[in-house]
Amino acid sequence: MGQRLIYLDNNATTPTDPRVVEAMIPYFHEIPGNAASRNHPFGWAAEQAVDNARKQIADLVNVDEREIIFTSGATESDNLAIKGVFEMYQRKGDHIITVKTEHKAVLDACAKVEKMGGKVTYLDVQRNGLIRLEDLEAAITDKTVLVSIMWANNETGVIQPMKEIGDICAKHGVLFMSDATQAVGKIPVDPKAVGVHLMAFTSHKMYGPKGVGALFVNRKSPRVKVTSQMDGGGHERGMRSGTLNVPGIVGFGKAAELAKEEMQQDAERLSKLRDKLESALMGSLEEAYVNGTRESRMPHVTNISFKHVEGEGLMMTFNQNIAVSSGSACTSASLEPSYVLVALGLGDDLAHSSLRFSLGRFTTEEDIDETIAKVTEGVNHMRDISPIWEMYKEGIDIDAIEWSEH
Amino acid sequence: MAYSEKLLDHFKNPRNVGTLDKNSTSVGTGLVGAPECGDVMRLQIEVDPITKKITEAKFKTFGCGSAIASSSLATEWLKGKTVDEALAIDNMAIVEELALPPVKIHCSVLAEDAIKGAIKDYQAKNGVQTAESIAASH
Ligand SMILES: Cc1ncc(COP(=O)(O)O)c(C=O)c1O
Ligand code: FES
Repeated sequence: MGQRLIYLDNNATTPTDPRVVEAMIPYFHEIPGNAASRNHPFGWAAEQAVDNARKQIADLVNVDEREIIFTSGATESDNLAIKGVFEMYQRKGDHIITVKTEHKAVLDACAKVEKMGGKVTYLDVQRNGLIRLEDLEAAITDKTVLVSIMWANNETGVIQPMKEIGDICAKHGVLFMSDATQAVGKIPVDPKAVGVHLMAFTSHKMYGPKGVGALFVNRKSPRVKVTSQMDGGGHERGMRSGTLNVPGIVGFGKAAELAKEEMQQDAERLSKLRDKLESALMGSLEEAYVNGTRESRMPHVTNISFKHVEGEGLMMTFNQNIAVSSGSACTSASLEPSYVLVALGLGDDLAHSSLRFSLGRFTTEEDIDETIAKVTEGVNHMRDISPIWEMYKEGIDIDAIEWSEH
Repeated sequence: MAYSEKLLDHFKNPRNVGTLDKNSTSVGTGLVGAPECGDVMRLQIEVDPITKKITEAKFKTFGCGSAIASSSLATEWLKGKTVDEALAIDNMAIVEELALPPVKIHCSVLAEDAIKGAIKDYQAKNGVQTAESIAASH
């Protein structure tokens, strides 16, 4: 070891910004109060800190601070939004529409809705990762209560046409929820401007601490309500009980403030570095393909398949010091490659061969240069020992071989 | 997941990577796995017609690090063994040698299957039908 560590897995989680850590520290010992303690200065100080953070977060996404519900993270926010709307609006209808490429937190919450007797439509995406607006419109029925479509995909960075989706939802009078976990703090996100009524996001993907997230719930026209999924002391307007994680919320607020100030310059710098990485790898390696549209994509993400190289094996060539992630099945206990890439229509050859590079605020040009060199070397090494690369080079049709599946 | 030194060594410096002439009667080829499962292993042996010993073994593998290391180790073990000795190689010996974690046991099974496949191919070419080769085909 002894090598410099390079972190290009910022879609999994971002390092907490040191300025955020600093803002949080007083709220562990010096200011220890429970924000719900209304009768002493400890409680008042904690409540004030939470109010301030709520304002910082609301400002980042241009909503009213009374529309922010604190949770433990985006998983909880997704669950609260989907199950909470389903339960609250049961008399209006029992149908939810979502997309096959959503995060598991959304898909599994929808599966629970189906178990509770609801109906869910899972829209396909096109090869570029985008939904077809006609498909959405065609799926809406008079029983539809909610459309849940993520702002940006965690694996590919593809950004859905939010405004167009919002218009369709408004036209049919259905609620629009979005998991914006990967977008908030990285690109401008303004739910009200695009007709989003509920929006889940999380602190640890925007340089804040882990274990704290938020759900935006629209308060006026329409006034949206969700049935609480966590019952108890009635915190957060009764929608989410539980003592607030004051240091975490303070950190989340600080992260939001920093994101508002620095998002644009971060995005410009990172998209240049991402483009450099992408064009260097695509230029020096044959049979490399970018997954998902490059026209509507997060600035810091690229997902590339290197044909006839298995993703996990490839990662092992450089993962002593470079952290990325792979959609390959062999990183998990299952034999299925990433369902997101499969939904894009990638064949097995490409779905098992992908790497996701996600850059972040602390990524340097030096990191990118070293990554280009190591990944190129790794792909070449893996191809030298790949029997299917050899067959491909000899012009053998790999699909025509009868493989012994196991 | 932390891998053993031995596994990393076989992965980074794989032994006996290459291709033997699959049409030669003294060469047996085992091709196992499937691209849709994310792993394909090709293992080849060359057998001396007089001594019946394996004189050369080569592999190429598309798969995870454990699959690559398992096949590299297998080629090392095969050289110098008779066909019958080679048939006795058990995947658990590979698991032990490379300290494979439980989720990676199937990668060693793949290596054992590739060995058996190569031997079966060699025996079929040379008109041998032993009890072992019949058993190995199941
Ligand atoms: C799109 C998306 N939604 C939800 C989550 C879950 O967020 P959290 O870890 O805060 O529960 C993640 C992160 O893994 C994500 O990328
Ligand atoms: S080949 Fe699939 S995990 Fe090793």
